[in-house]
Amino acid sequence: MVLSRSGYLIREGFRSIKTHSFMSFASVTIIMACLIIMGSVTLLSFNIDALIKNLEDQNEVVAFVEDAVTEEADARALQPALEAVENVQSVEFISREEAMEKFMSKYDDSLREGIDPSVFRHRFVVHLTDIAQMKETQAEMENIVGIAKVKAHLEYASAFVTIRNIVSVVSLVLTVILVFVSVFIMSNTIKLTTFGRREEIAIMKMVGATNSFIRLPFVVEGLVLGLLGGGLAFLAEWGLYGLITSRVMGTVSNSILTESIFTLIPFKTLALPVLIVFMSISVLVGVFGGVNAIRNYLKV
Amino acid sequence: MIRMSNVTEVYDSSGTVALDGIDLSIDEGEFVFLVGPSGSGKTTLMKLITGEVRATNGTVVVNDFDMTRIKRRKLPKMRRTLGVIFQDYRLIENMTVYDNVAFAMRVVGAPNREIRKRVPYVLELVGLKGCEKRLPNELSGGEQQRVAIARALVNSPRMIVADEPTGNLDPVRSLELMLLFEKINEMGTTVLVVTHEKELVNALAKRVVTIENGHVINDGQGGYFSDGIE
Repeated sequence: MVLSRSGYLIREGFRSIKTHSFMSFASVTIIMACLIIMGSVTLLSFNIDALIKNLEDQNEVVAFVEDAVTEEADARALQPALEAVENVQSVEFISREEAMEKFMSKYDDSLREGIDPSVFRHRFVVHLTDIAQMKETQAEMENIVGIAKVKAHLEYASAFVTIRNIVSVVSLVLTVILVFVSVFIMSNTIKLTTFGRREEIAIMKMVGATNSFIRLPFVVEGLVLGLLGGGLAFLAEWGLYGLITSRVMGTVSNSILTESIFTLIPFKTLALPVLIVFMSISVLVGVFGGVNAIRNYLKV
Repeated sequence: MIRMSNVTEVYDSSGTVALDGIDLSIDEGEFVFLVGPSGSGKTTLMKLITGEVRATNGTVVVNDFDMTRIKRRKLPKMRRTLGVIFQDYRLIENMTVYDNVAFAMRVVGAPNREIRKRVPYVLELVGLKGCEKRLPNELSGGEQQRVAIARALVNSPRMIVADEPTGNLDPVRSLELMLLFEKINEMGTTVLVVTHEKELVNALAKRVVTIENGHVINDGQGGYFSDGIE
């Protein structure tokens, strides 16, 4: 009996979607629109964050080996000590010959004459995990015996950290605002759809329907509309993201910014979290919006 | 069965005294007309019976449920002992006649087998055999009210409560409807009809309770209490 009753109520939920097709369409569209706007802002902030992270990674620190250490093997022996420093992500050794080659490649061949590799020092290119701690890491590396000097662009580091912090705060604030706006719009749309059905609810109450009996079709309806809106918003976001990514990358590859610096996060890596967040929000809004909207009509 | 003792209803918002010290008793199997002019308190009295409002003072017992103390979650159970009929039919527009009636059974969790058996029987009883698949707006006012009566009857309630059921019908249809109520009453169901149609009340010659200004001014058998009320 319980099963046949549940089956009936679930069928009622679907029937109601069909019967109130225009309002169902409006609810799905609103859920979609809100999720797309919210998702786009979040994805944009993710990309800015990733871009800054990428730029941070390009901001390398160079640790010069002391002049006295002339043998390459002796210089290389310093690498474990550098790697042991906290906040060091990777260390790459560059011999004085390689350093000269790199330097020379930027200038005319005529300048090469008379320049000896001994002018250059062996060095290490160091990448840091967190550039906010660049100053401390620099000091720690300079304490290593055999390291003469550590060159670090502290001013760039602090600029990146500031930008990243601003982007994080702005995107968080925007996302929170948009979540509230979306929930407000969505619950009002659902309220509007249920307003036309208050008579139906009053009749149900009068023939002795319990509140849970009245609620279940609305829960089913909210769930289905939410899933539909969330699913469609996900697909739309995917398409939109793909379109924007290809346009942006097309423009970037023609500009001075190289792809190695300017890369956007592929949607594939974001798809699962986006899908989960979209579905969770839309289902929650659909179900709670539906239940909340009829709450007043149940007090008869 | 209804027992009302010294019932007063004052509306909080306006302070209007809708009912003032009402005593009323209706036994199982009775047929009672509740009459009175507009604003006399008839609708408030109906709402006390259906649990839409609670009495400010006094006691109201409907089908063994104490309406002054009843918990909200118990109201559905109480309402299932009543069949309520309104002037404006209150049918669900997008449901067929069959579904409108079956709906009341589904609400109480009746099995499909029983619904399939009971709904056609009740529709035949109210004279709507063959109309099962029609929508309410394809029916006349009288037919729509019969659907509402079928819906009220389908769960075999102990009492039928009808609020101005003939208000939207012509005299012939109104009389037909009253005769249907009489038939239902003869089958054992208590019937309480609120109306202000004198001819109908007189035609059936049942118990008539008259209210005016929130007081019961007459309770007697036979006809519309005519002193001053037309």
